[in-house]
Amino acid sequence: MSFLDVENLTLRIVRGPRILRAVSLSVDQGEVRGLVGESGAGKSMIGKAILGTLPRAIEVVSGRIRLDGTDLQTLSARERRRQIGAQVALIPQDPLTALNPVRRVGPQITNRLVDILGWSKDNAQARALELLDEVHIPDPARVMRAYPHELSGGMRQRILIASAFAAEPKLIIADEPTTALDVTVQKQILRLIKNMQAKHNTALLFVTHDLGVVSKICQSLSVLYAGKVIEDTDTRRFFAGPGHAYSQALLHATPKYTDPDDSLTPVPQQVIDAVEAEVAEFDKGLGA
Amino acid sequence: MLLMRSILARLVATCVTLFGAAVIVFFVIRVVPGNPIAMMLPPGATEDDIARLQALYGLDKSIFEQFVIWLGGVVQGDFGTSISLRQPVLDLVLGRLPATLELSIMALVIAVIIGGAMALTGTLRRETRTEAAIDVTGGMALSVPDFLWGLVLILLFGVLWPVFHISGRVSPSLDFDFATQFYLFESVLRLRFDVWADLVSHMFMPALALAIPLAAIIAQLLKQSLKETMHLDYVTLARTKGYPEASVITREALPNAVLPTLTLIGVQFTFLIGGTVIIERLFSYEGLGNMAIDAVINRDLPLIQGIVILFALIFTVVNLVVDMTYAALNPRLRHA
Repeated sequence: MSFLDVENLTLRIVRGPRILRAVSLSVDQGEVRGLVGESGAGKSMIGKAILGTLPRAIEVVSGRIRLDGTDLQTLSARERRRQIGAQVALIPQDPLTALNPVRRVGPQITNRLVDILGWSKDNAQARALELLDEVHIPDPARVMRAYPHELSGGMRQRILIASAFAAEPKLIIADEPTTALDVTVQKQILRLIKNMQAKHNTALLFVTHDLGVVSKICQSLSVLYAGKVIEDTDTRRFFAGPGHAYSQALLHATPKYTDPDDSLTPVPQQVIDAVEAEVAEFDKGLGA
Repeated sequence: MLLMRSILARLVATCVTLFGAAVIVFFVIRVVPGNPIAMMLPPGATEDDIARLQALYGLDKSIFEQFVIWLGGVVQGDFGTSISLRQPVLDLVLGRLPATLELSIMALVIAVIIGGAMALTGTLRRETRTEAAIDVTGGMALSVPDFLWGLVLILLFGVLWPVFHISGRVSPSLDFDFATQFYLFESVLRLRFDVWADLVSHMFMPALALAIPLAAIIAQLLKQSLKETMHLDYVTLARTKGYPEASVITREALPNAVLPTLTLIGVQFTFLIGGTVIIERLFSYEGLGNMAIDAVINRDLPLIQGIVILFALIFTVVNLVVDMTYAALNPRLRHA
């Protein structure tokens, strides 16, 4: 059984439209799964549902999320929080807003270890220093004492990566972790995440809209459209020739930076119509 | 160096503010009708008597001359002599100041506790009936002025269910001999808890009346900024780490959300001190505000001037304290 198993997860806005439509996906230990789709396809919502941070206006209609075989819904709220805190970590999208501006960096890395997992302060401190070193931060002891505004975006993302790996989580959810960064820094951060994942043998769910990134680090991927998984395949097969017309169009729309004459190709209207019809069909099947 | 310069700039600004306040109050109270001499003499006093008294208090000179004489005294620490009480203004004012400070600070503490609790509860139970109830309560607290709250409290806790004293600062029957006028503070230091309890029993209602509108303002603003902060990424991240909602609010959101509220509390606190004038009158509390009303009724010009200058000084000190606290709580300002 995979470490993370999402089964038929359907979400909707309270008394409103569906956001996810019977999404199923799984991530094995050591596996990197890409979750791709356009803006608004519901990529981040899957991560939020797993982490238990869905906005209040969104409700779970049906479906199961299993962590290491345990159905999260069977746990008490308190136990669920603890399990997620201990086993899952998030690498957020925007490093500039993901660190608390009024607190020093050090405690923001160690707080999970000390408060949730019950480590001693000294152990947590040593662990944080070790990890900051692992993510190539020079002079970790000084950085631990710094406030976020004293550090660059790339540094902050490294700190957040270190923080995510600190408790040796089984699963990491990376929500577009390079989108807010400088292009030159993106590559380093991507490589860092990949290396850390390989070294710690973590399951990684990588949310992105960048197929180029997927080709570099993911073994498998799920393509999402309007909250529905359009295609679930492994990366090599996908880039050799995607099965679904929408996936093909999506791949075709990726700009090639090597060719200056290449213009952007939009997803053709008939492909969108076809996939919309598929979604409508699905909704009809559910009687809505 | 930079610090020295900003302190110096602050001192200069304070002096200008105080001078401005002095000019305004000095001229305004001499332009409005009514004069202290008329209040002092019995009906039928001769022109001669009036002239003699006016000369005694220097009121026969031009307003501008009077101002220069008075300002010269103030610079040397002499605020003149109260006309109605015949004592040095400085002694009178400093004698009453501790009572008002203790009342205002107690009101502030009550307001912060009530307002903070309302804001935190409202954030924890946001988008529920509890939050709606807090909003309605806050709206009511805010739309009724403090002196009306004072009357409501007197009715509730002084008449219907008499648990608190409704007038004065301390029971005259109590026997104590304190070195300062900071009775509340000193009673704790001297372990005179009987005196302390009596003082609190007298102060509680006026302080609460002053605190209710301020608590409502704090609750509204703090809840608003807490709710905005709750959407930020670092708050979400803390949630994924396994913290329960209540500690996410107090540990992550509150230290940031409190900053705009702090500025507001500073401004509102000065209004609260202004509010003590009426509240002290209502509860016959022997503070500065009560004295200010007597001074105005008696057209006691030097005393009015002294009180106004002191109020202005308190306002600038409060603002200074707020700015310093703000810098201490916000690391982004500390290093700038």
